[in-house]
Amino acid sequence: MEAWLFYIFAIGTLAGGAQVVLRRNPIYGALSLVACFFFLAGIYVLLAAHLIAIVQIIVYAGAVMVLFVFVIMLLNLKEEELGHERVTLWKGIGLAAVLIGTAIVVWQALRPAYPGAPVHDNALRVAGFGTLKEVGHVLYVASVLPFELTSLLLLVAIVAAVVVAKGKI
Amino acid sequence: MLDFVTKFFGAHQAQHYLVLAALLFGLGAAGVVLRRNAIIVLMSIELMLNAVNLTFLAFARFPLVRESPMPVGGFSSGHAAVFFVIATAAAEAAVGLAIIIAVFRSRTSINVDEFDSLRL
Repeated sequence: MEAWLFYIFAIGTLAGGAQVVLRRNPIYGALSLVACFFFLAGIYVLLAAHLIAIVQIIVYAGAVMVLFVFVIMLLNLKEEELGHERVTLWKGIGLAAVLIGTAIVVWQALRPAYPGAPVHDNALRVAGFGTLKEVGHVLYVASVLPFELTSLLLLVAIVAAVVVAKGKI
Repeated sequence: MLDFVTKFFGAHQAQHYLVLAALLFGLGAAGVVLRRNAIIVLMSIELMLNAVNLTFLAFARFPLVRESPMPVGGFSSGHAAVFFVIATAAAEAAVGLAIIIAVFRSRTSINVDEFDSLRL
């Protein structure tokens, strides 16, 4: 069952990601990226990362992609402004070769590291693995300074986005 | 069919997730290199960041060591790292899109080949 779900989610993720790269119109790319993020959230649930799966849907598929769609519609590009880039045969062959090569290299490199059955499966071994309580404990105890600095980073990003996009204040 | 897949690829564990992450990263890198539309380049960067998140989570569930080297939190530190990556990616997307809007105002184009000057 878990293997079936993994292959379904993996194919969906890769199909969504491929659409982002291959589609000419960015709005189709943005919507396939949303689909890709939803499938990826399913993969995260399979990895017992429940909190991160929810954060992925809320922050990525919700907030970040809405920002992308807003900007695409704000720019309102005409057909001729999209340029005439096409996916040529050689680009397709190169892309497929790079992807298949990467997969083979990673597969062969990892083969000796994980022999046989899973030995350390933290989803079974660690109590409460990936839950809000566990991850929150790490965030607020082990890495409280980076956590607070992240809020500062987001504040700087908000101000920077307004200043850069506004032109004249 | 699944029996054949399982027999061919072995038991379902970390390698599968890591190969998926590598493929996703390759797709994102190809998008950055091949495409000229600046918005699609940014979306490809998001794809690459998600591939990195996937490797963090795969190693958090299937680690190579039995005891975590982290003094506090143990293997959930991987999840905390993903949290920080997501926050940074959100900030990066906001600033990147603001820059795209600013450049589009002055050149009425988002073709990255035309971004050849620091002056607006």
